[in-house]
Amino acid sequence: MRAVIAEDSVLLRIGLVKVLEMAGFEVVAETGDAEGLLAAVEEHRPELALVDVRMPPGFTDEGVRTALMIRQESPGTAVLLLSQYVEERYAADLLATQTRAGVGYLLKQRVADVEEFIDAVRRVAAGGTALDPQVVAQLLLRRGGGSDPLGRLTPREREVLALMAEGRSNAGIAAELVVSESAVAKHINSIFAKLDLPPADGDHRRVLAVLRFLDGTP
Amino acid sequence: MAIRGGAPRRTYTWITAHAPWSAWAWRNTTFTAAAIPAALPVLLGLTATVMAPGPGTIPPLLILLIGPLLTRLQRSRFRTLLGLDVPEVEREGSRFTPFAVARRLRSEATWRQYGYHLLVSPLAAVAGGLVVLAWAFGTAATCVYGWIWILPADTRTPGWTDDYDTVTVGGVLLLLAAPWLAALFARLDSVAAAALLGPNRARELERRVEDLAESRAGVLDAADLERRRIERDLHDGAQQRLVALAMNLGIARATLTDLPPEAKAVIDEAHREAKEAIEELNNLVRGLHPAVLEDRGLDAALSGVAARAPFPVELTVDIEQRPGATVEAVAYFVVSEALANVAKHARAERCRVHVVRAPAPDGSARGADLLRITVTDDGVGGADPARGTGLVGLRKRVGSVDGTIMIESPLGGPTVITVELPCGL
Repeated sequence: MRAVIAEDSVLLRIGLVKVLEMAGFEVVAETGDAEGLLAAVEEHRPELALVDVRMPPGFTDEGVRTALMIRQESPGTAVLLLSQYVEERYAADLLATQTRAGVGYLLKQRVADVEEFIDAVRRVAAGGTALDPQVVAQLLLRRGGGSDPLGRLTPREREVLALMAEGRSNAGIAAELVVSESAVAKHINSIFAKLDLPPADGDHRRVLAVLRFLDGTP
Repeated sequence: MAIRGGAPRRTYTWITAHAPWSAWAWRNTTFTAAAIPAALPVLLGLTATVMAPGPGTIPPLLILLIGPLLTRLQRSRFRTLLGLDVPEVEREGSRFTPFAVARRLRSEATWRQYGYHLLVSPLAAVAGGLVVLAWAFGTAATCVYGWIWILPADTRTPGWTDDYDTVTVGGVLLLLAAPWLAALFARLDSVAAAALLGPNRARELERRVEDLAESRAGVLDAADLERRRIERDLHDGAQQRLVALAMNLGIARATLTDLPPEAKAVIDEAHREAKEAIEELNNLVRGLHPAVLEDRGLDAALSGVAARAPFPVELTVDIEQRPGATVEAVAYFVVSEALANVAKHARAERCRVHVVRAPAPDGSARGADLLRITVTDDGVGGADPARGTGLVGLRKRVGSVDGTIMIESPLGGPTVITVELPCGL
């Protein structure tokens, strides 16, 4: 699988290349700014773009804006954003754009836990999601209670939904919560019911549930 | 002895200092007398107007024209003869364009100066004349016996000695009084000059307040800019390096599986330390100035703050037009500090934050919109701004932009903090 990296810190870029190679990717382009990233995605059409949020020339949210453009123009490229801080608005913007490619939004420091990071990268490249546990925790706190449909979820269901939002599979959730995989499936069905997601949508309901969880987007 | 002798010596010193021959007497006399030549143009002009009403309108116009010159002359009289510096009225712009002249004619300071030249200056000249006469008559009357000896003896009337004794005493008294008269007139003149020739005090204070407000706003902006610079430096420097370090340690941990346990433990430890350092640095940098505040404004930045609070926060931000960067920074600080306080002390279940941009109430001096921030929690209440250091910091930060803060916190709750910040800054 081919990947491009956009990160303005050279030190970090070298490390990211190493990690992606460990994960079995071929890094076809490295760049330090938004324009370079767009050009690289245009040229290589990679499976994955690893993007820093803050890049030259403005050092603000270039990464997010570029990521949104990539999702529009190259729907086949999965985007994994790395940010020093997690701002849920950025996450919501990113997830509001639905394509078949995966998407991720992680704190930069997560790359330090190399195995977990590789796991997240592979998941995103395979079309899944990887949300930083910190974003998920923030959203859970905010959505707890009130007239929100999410308020109807039991605490355990919310845990399951949070892990789903992070992008884990049923098996992964079961391992994390130390329950059986069938128990997880039961919880997930209950979540779908409570969020009014009819079974006709099949696998897609997972994403819809997460989206609903993130920001009232249908 | 020294104590006893002190009082008479002081009296003596005082008398000599104010005697007719003292420097003090001469200084005041010279100053008062100098009012006569300085007032001559005005006196001549006024006389001409009174004598010939028809073409007499020309001299007042001339006075109007030489007004600034007269002001300089008078100011120089005060400075050189009395050592009194009448502050100059500051002029803006160049001197001789028609616009500048028109503006000067409209200015209140100009007309105060003409008031001095047309009213006080003639009076001062009269006073100066009186002082000169007092000296002259005093001297002449004191020396009356001297004059008498010059005259032939047969012109002296009988009983002249009694009359001339009176005249002599009168002359001496007049001589003694002359310096005091001069001092009195000099004092009155100085007071009038300070009020009419110098700048208007109230106006001056007003301008000073404006200047101070402006410079404070500058200082605040500079501090804000500096915080942003530090944030940027840390973000692009130390933070990235630390992340790279932690990542390399992570790679080492993942790839070097056949290390001896001691070495593995050391790498694990270093890896953990690096991650903790990143976490600490993140918290520090975020407190300085959140990048998202600059990019997306208060709504987005506050949603982050609200989300990080350890209890549900209902946030509504109703701002059409973004306020200035400094005001935004203060508003961000207010909300994050208030929520931190709630988390620490209030034992609240939930919290509501409402931010709205409201038009200024009528009669507001600045006329700028207000940013009204309301933080309400359902905690135990009893927040006392006199004790809580968090609230003191809040109050200072709000005061720095001329904002107001109101804290209602009855025991048992709920606590409502209302902050109003002028957006215009």
